[in-house]
Amino acid sequence: MTGAAWDVVVVGAGSAGLPAALAVAERGMRVLVLEELTAPGQGQHKAAIGGVRATHSDPAKILLCRDSLRTFASWKEAYGDDIGWKMGGYCFPVYTDAIERTLRGILPAQKAAGLEIDWVGPEEIARLVPGIAREGLRGGTFSPGDGQVSPLLFANSCERAAKRRGVEFRYGEAVVGFETAGGRVSAVRTSTGTYATGHVVLAAGAHARPVGRMLGLDVPVVPDAHEGGITAPVEQFLGPLVVDLRPGPEGKTANFYFGQNAEGQIIFCYTPKPLFVGEDRESTSEFLPILARRMVSLIPRLRHLLVRRVWRGLYPMTPDGVIIVDRVREVEGVILAVGMCGQGFMLGPGVGRLVGALLAGEPPTISAEAFSSISFYRSFGAAKTEALK
Amino acid sequence: MSAHRPPTGTRTGRAPDRSTGRLTRHPILPIPSDGPTVDFRFGRRELSARRGEMISSALHAAGIRIFGRHHRDGRPQGIFCVNGQCSQCLVVADGRPVKACMTPVEDGMLVEPVYGRPRLGAHDSLGGFAETRSAERAVQVLVVGGGPAGISAAIELGRAGLDVVLIDDKPVPGGKLSLQTHTFFGSIADCYAGTRGIDIGTLLANQLAALPSVRVWLDTPAVGVFSDKVVGVVHKGRFLRLRPEVLLVAAGAREKVLTFPGCDLPGVYGAGAFQTLVNRDLVRPAKRLFIVGGGNVGLIGAYHALQAGIEVVGLVEALPRCGGYRVHEDKIRRLGVPVWTSHTVLRAEGRQGVRRVVVARCDERFRPVEGTAREFAVDTLLVAVGLAPVNELLAKARSYGMRAYGAGDAEEIAEASAAIFSGRIAGRTIARDLGRKVGVPQRWSRTAAVLRSKPGPDAPDEILELDRPVQPIIRCWQAIPCNPCTQVCPLGSITIPDGSITSRPRFEGDCLGCGRCATICPGLAITLLERDHDPKRRTAVVVLPFEFDDTALPASGRIVTTGSRGEPIGRGRILGIRDRSDQDRRRLVRVEVPWADRLLVAGFRVQKPAEGKPLPTADQLALSPARAKRVEGSKGRPPAADDDPILCLCEGVRRGEVVAAIREGVRDFNQLKASIRCALGGCNGKRCTEPILQVFRQEGVDPKTVARGTYRPLDLEVPLGVFAASVEPEGFRAGEGLSGEGDFAQRTQGDAPFDELWAPPAKDAKGEGKVSRRGAETQRGTKGTTGKEGGKS
Repeated sequence: MTGAAWDVVVVGAGSAGLPAALAVAERGMRVLVLEELTAPGQGQHKAAIGGVRATHSDPAKILLCRDSLRTFASWKEAYGDDIGWKMGGYCFPVYTDAIERTLRGILPAQKAAGLEIDWVGPEEIARLVPGIAREGLRGGTFSPGDGQVSPLLFANSCERAAKRRGVEFRYGEAVVGFETAGGRVSAVRTSTGTYATGHVVLAAGAHARPVGRMLGLDVPVVPDAHEGGITAPVEQFLGPLVVDLRPGPEGKTANFYFGQNAEGQIIFCYTPKPLFVGEDRESTSEFLPILARRMVSLIPRLRHLLVRRVWRGLYPMTPDGVIIVDRVREVEGVILAVGMCGQGFMLGPGVGRLVGALLAGEPPTISAEAFSSISFYRSFGAAKTEALK
Repeated sequence: MSAHRPPTGTRTGRAPDRSTGRLTRHPILPIPSDGPTVDFRFGRRELSARRGEMISSALHAAGIRIFGRHHRDGRPQGIFCVNGQCSQCLVVADGRPVKACMTPVEDGMLVEPVYGRPRLGAHDSLGGFAETRSAERAVQVLVVGGGPAGISAAIELGRAGLDVVLIDDKPVPGGKLSLQTHTFFGSIADCYAGTRGIDIGTLLANQLAALPSVRVWLDTPAVGVFSDKVVGVVHKGRFLRLRPEVLLVAAGAREKVLTFPGCDLPGVYGAGAFQTLVNRDLVRPAKRLFIVGGGNVGLIGAYHALQAGIEVVGLVEALPRCGGYRVHEDKIRRLGVPVWTSHTVLRAEGRQGVRRVVVARCDERFRPVEGTAREFAVDTLLVAVGLAPVNELLAKARSYGMRAYGAGDAEEIAEASAAIFSGRIAGRTIARDLGRKVGVPQRWSRTAAVLRSKPGPDAPDEILELDRPVQPIIRCWQAIPCNPCTQVCPLGSITIPDGSITSRPRFEGDCLGCGRCATICPGLAITLLERDHDPKRRTAVVVLPFEFDDTALPASGRIVTTGSRGEPIGRGRILGIRDRSDQDRRRLVRVEVPWADRLLVAGFRVQKPAEGKPLPTADQLALSPARAKRVEGSKGRPPAADDDPILCLCEGVRRGEVVAAIREGVRDFNQLKASIRCALGGCNGKRCTEPILQVFRQEGVDPKTVARGTYRPLDLEVPLGVFAASVEPEGFRAGEGLSGEGDFAQRTQGDAPFDELWAPPAKDAKGEGKVSRRGAETQRGTKGTTGKEGGKS
């Protein structure tokens, strides 16, 4: 593509950067990945609980995640590694009229988009989620094609696959600046060296804003923290990932969700209310009592699970809660894949392939309408509330 | 010596009871007269347990040491730490996955082995919760750990009138003191030297119980320090959030692990775990055991095993000399335990647990020497290769900017006597920092340093025979901090010339032959010589300290005498045994020996030293195919896998997998965790982190260049229901409250149950505020009765 040492430099070896590097390399380009941490997926990627669903309400996310699902489901065949893929579906059990109306309201659009999802009755929910509280259970949605992956296994496997295709990874190198020539990016400077390149993929996750500033861009990404946890393994009993959209009675949680991974561990997370804005990734003592109460209320038998570990991860949020994947107009050769809003893991492979297409000068892998919705140049002011975040 | 009884041989000597099961007699510990009273089931087996007994001990008492099969490869699983630090002993008790070592048996309990992953019990009753938020409480000082350091600190804090909560995860206060049946070193004035560790624990706990501002919560583990400066603890089945002004971590130590083929077999466990089974729970878990590690823990473990009627087949120490006190080493050598220095364990073998151990000489770089391997038939292998501080909470608390202190082993690994001082100093320091007008005597720091001092070099073995009817012979060849012998001689004839307790004592002057020095010496290194026994000087009498009951003595009274280092000397005849109640279960045995042996005899054997079977060279380092056929472990487990030891016991990750990852370029501990799951298990990497860093070292990678793993809460696995603090009040259903249709808070009972915890400690007329060693007085006598019972046996 250019005479530089690297066709593409990917900044960040996380949820977006890793699959992007692989997708770009698979198109035959020479790729360098720069990561300030010492291994792949060690930023916010490893904090993901690993749920993957296409059953969103936002068209771009539906399309990108459907692409991701195909990648995850066929990963072992294509790349040889077990990444803990488990196709158990997603289940949203419903206890209130308001939530039922919301979920039923978006079903037609989801079905029209070709998603396999439907409303099922309380008996079916109880079969899918054994032991769920029946009192007041109205039914819910179930989408059998969704699933789970181990973010830990995936990061390492994706790095290995990329390396096999010639991608070079440099760890422990923080990007400190960019060089441009004639309005086009020409090199990336790090703490230890300068790498000449014709293209940069900015996949800096929670650090998108400060890195973007080095290019003179104002990338509107502000992280907030979410807490997650994992239990000791038990025999498989829970197929789907379960999302409870109700706000918590204690006033500190919006929704919460959990699932049983391929190892048999229950992995769980919640959306705090109000949000913990900032980069503090240390766990507080409030999380477990709140979430435990919610989980045990929903499924009493979960009280026997042994909680093993808790952590916090950052959601790189955009003002409107929609991701940014786009070509930068101010500096030629730069592509943004940022602001994943906490869903970078499930979006990753889809985003990676979209980035690959953009770099190759091909049309986007998603519809023009969907692509414009994730544009860097959209109006972020008009905050829209996604029905199903 | 009028108090000496007739020789043992004149009585009907009972055959030693060497079966596994419960102890029916013990030379130091009283055995409760009531037997097991609680019935439970393990799978289909009907078993019984003592009230309050942990599941793991009850199973070992029944001869069961396989609690399940590992989910990854079906390897048999049993105990390892018996300290709540790992999750290897997982069982399902009444539908709940629990650690067998931390869960008491309940009447009618169904305990199920875990084959693979445990099945989540059905719990279909709908539960609710007593409180809308988890209880939080401010406390001036939170002390984590009720061992010698924690209790000593809390005593100082309580005397200063500070509001203190001391928590300990065990049902008994005293920490590891509650397992130490032997007498302690140090000085009598400062740290109860010459008193048995178990009794020091009780003394300290009772001092603590007298202080009104100190609350002691047993069975209460700390499970994490959080960034909101809260210490999470589990008390009475609920998660409590304590917000201390000052945190003192005195959580002690955990045992290091050693990686070798077979290190994961049931029957391989820590020496501390062994002491818990034997000395706390009065279970005999082994018949023939071998010990790896010649520090004090391993040496004392051997002694405790012998006292419990277990054959100690041998002890290996990789260094040319044992690191523990020489008096401990000599003591077990004299009793007939072979100590193999410059030897290492090559592997443990067996299918359902340890059946054999193979050891070999090693060079100065700890590499096995070809042609030196030998095999011993054993059922148990104790690992005593050092201790590591339990300091995760301390590190976290400091990183969050909390006012946090450490004391005892959590700060620096040392003897319990040093931990007492470290605790006292920490207690005074904290009291001063909180504005109390107390000082920290400078002398304390000096004493603490003395008590922490490592043993000095050996002095030459010199015995000075004096021309008098009776004299003590002091075989205290190594400078260690200890002085009781100088304090008890009625004539003041034993002194330490330079006055320092770390120098060696000397006898000078007259001797009454009272035997007080021989009775109190913690090292059992003082004997008496009576020269006038036989006017014709064909024989002499030596008086030897002895801490075994009569089952350890031959009915004939004829014994094999041993020298200072356990070398055989000759024959001796027991003339009598003095066993007064003021001797605190230390017996003095009068033995007639040939005149020529009188200065040589330092003890006598209670077991015949095992020699083991030398192995052909080809068998030494790996299992040859021919040998593999003979090794049960090969059945269903290829020899290659057997030779690749398990490094991460929780997740069943073998050393070879770690090596492969390192060779692939992994230099980040978190990446290692993510890619091969090591250190992701129930112990949170506490056991395998150091061994993994060791593999990096062996692969030529400086561990300093490896990015460290992130240590996150929790410190222990805790049931989700504990966080939910469910109490299932009547009339409350799960579906409600969460729906947003009603006010969750209105259905709850507020903070009342939590506040009850803050009532002053009970101190009624019956003295029930006193902390007993076992929590339940019925289990075992208190200090007063143990002394008497010990004297009667």
